[in-house]
Amino acid sequence: MNRRIKLYIFVIGVILIAFGPGRCWAEYDVIDITKPFLRKIPLALPLFKNVNETAEEKQLSEQAAAFLSDTLDFTGYFKILDRSSFLFDPERSGVTLATINFQNWTVVGAELLITGFYEARNDRISIELRLFDTFKARRVIGKKYTGTKANQRSILLRFCGDVINYLTGHRGVFGSEIAFVSNGTGNKEIYACAFDGYNPRRVTNNNAITLFPAWSSDGKWMAFTSYKAGNPDLYIRNLEQGRETKISKQGINITPAWSPRKFELAATLSFSGDQEIYLLTGSGKIIKRLTESRGIDVTPSWSPDGKQFAFVSNRSGSAQIYIKDLASGKVRRLTYEGRKNTQPSWSPRGDKIAYTSEGNGGHDIFVIGTDGLNPVQLTYESRDNEAASWSPDGSLIAFSSNRDGPTRIYVMTAYGTDQRRLLVLAGEQTNPKWSTNHLNN
Amino acid sequence: MQKKMWLMIALLLVIPGLLFMVGCQKKAVTQAKAPAPAPAPAPAPAPAPAPTKAPTPTAAPDTSGMIMAEDIYFDFDKSVLTPAAQDNLMRKAAWLRANPDVSVTIEGHCDERGTNEYNLALGDRRADSAKAFLVDLGIAASRLTTISYGEERPVCMQQNEDCWSKNRRDHFVVN
Repeated sequence: MNRRIKLYIFVIGVILIAFGPGRCWAEYDVIDITKPFLRKIPLALPLFKNVNETAEEKQLSEQAAAFLSDTLDFTGYFKILDRSSFLFDPERSGVTLATINFQNWTVVGAELLITGFYEARNDRISIELRLFDTFKARRVIGKKYTGTKANQRSILLRFCGDVINYLTGHRGVFGSEIAFVSNGTGNKEIYACAFDGYNPRRVTNNNAITLFPAWSSDGKWMAFTSYKAGNPDLYIRNLEQGRETKISKQGINITPAWSPRKFELAATLSFSGDQEIYLLTGSGKIIKRLTESRGIDVTPSWSPDGKQFAFVSNRSGSAQIYIKDLASGKVRRLTYEGRKNTQPSWSPRGDKIAYTSEGNGGHDIFVIGTDGLNPVQLTYESRDNEAASWSPDGSLIAFSSNRDGPTRIYVMTAYGTDQRRLLVLAGEQTNPKWSTNHLNN
Repeated sequence: MQKKMWLMIALLLVIPGLLFMVGCQKKAVTQAKAPAPAPAPAPAPAPAPAPTKAPTPTAAPDTSGMIMAEDIYFDFDKSVLTPAAQDNLMRKAAWLRANPDVSVTIEGHCDERGTNEYNLALGDRRADSAKAFLVDLGIAASRLTTISYGEERPVCMQQNEDCWSKNRRDHFVVN
């Protein structure tokens, strides 16, 4: 009996593996985001077909199509085709597999097509969204979502996650947030916004210099440094409940970095008279000292497996990036080019480290292999580009730049393409930190 | 008698001759060694500033505490005290000895170049350098607290070396 059930489960499993999502992947090459100079996929996203054709429905539907287009463009994977190049009025053409003439789309260069069927009635909306492979004339995703008008953004982000999952095998960045520092109130405070700059909100209200936000892997905790009690102390805050633990040792208590998937963090403390990196529990107790070199040791950044961390040290005379392996205790120098290299950020894919290099004109973002080979410069603006932070899928990098005057948060792809400003707030914005993809998506 | 006379004459002739020759030799020697004694005068002025320096700490026990309002400055990316900073700290130590009841907060600051995490650590080292120097001069460590502001509180906002050099400082707050 038991055996038979096991056998059934096994057979069903095999069928699922053979004909399930895996089959879709085989049909469309999974995007290799480690490949430089990625070719963008031409995507057609005509306006949606509306059911009731009321003025309000039309407006909401157009907003939805525009948002979907902007959000997919943000990922850097697509070339969104200009709607004016389409050969016919898409609103009147078919949205389903049977009614689409795929030649109309391949001839304008589209390799992917997204169609929508949109209905708004009272406060409710219903959206059917389909993704087609135009060359194979196949529907690859078809989903229907319902909710209130207020749910429109989250519905569309869910579909974006489905599209990116189909193409890359992971759900992208749509459930992530970016924390940053802004001095709009006259003091530096920590803020956070959605991955695309949407809905910026203030996280701290310290009326004092507040710096270095760090998300825990589950997005529930944030560590930061604040002068609110006079000294640069470290705070660990539960974001839901607002309660905080303070680490207030003599000297500096700065640059927290949560260990991946653990309630532990590394941070620089100088109570010993020397700036060293320590491992702390999430409740602020010192577990052990991690660096043992006279001089500055600061800004830890963990490898995704938590077995190594990159950090900045001036042990060789100038600030350079080093990697420490916890098991062996060995430290190796990673960067040799550039006067000073600081602010390491270990890619969530594990293979690269982004950092800030000081050149003649200012600072620029570089990426280097964890083997120390092939440093690649990603920003070439004449002024300062600093504080790189990877998106949770390793496809994008947030950073700060004063290229347009005041310092703002920018986002680019992992290869330095598509550099754009994320948001504009009063004052200046610095030190972005990208969270994991922890929101429901 | 005559023999003596001759001897005297001979001596009179020979000695000046010898003297002349010695004189010549001496001259030659001094000429040859001329570059060597040249640096010799150099150390001579050295003791001269010493007396002028010495009175400053002693003659200025500065009852007003103005010395404490003076910042000390650092070289780029350095936390080592310059001679000028050490000189200034000796005067601060004199004032602190004369005013044993005050305590001081030493603020370490940096210019805006470099990234802010590193600069916060560098400011920490700059404040510590001044504290360690004052402790060596006999000021109780319990009277001295340090805080780093990194690049967060510049006094000069332009982007040039003149301004940066003003921001690379320790600032002293008398409590």
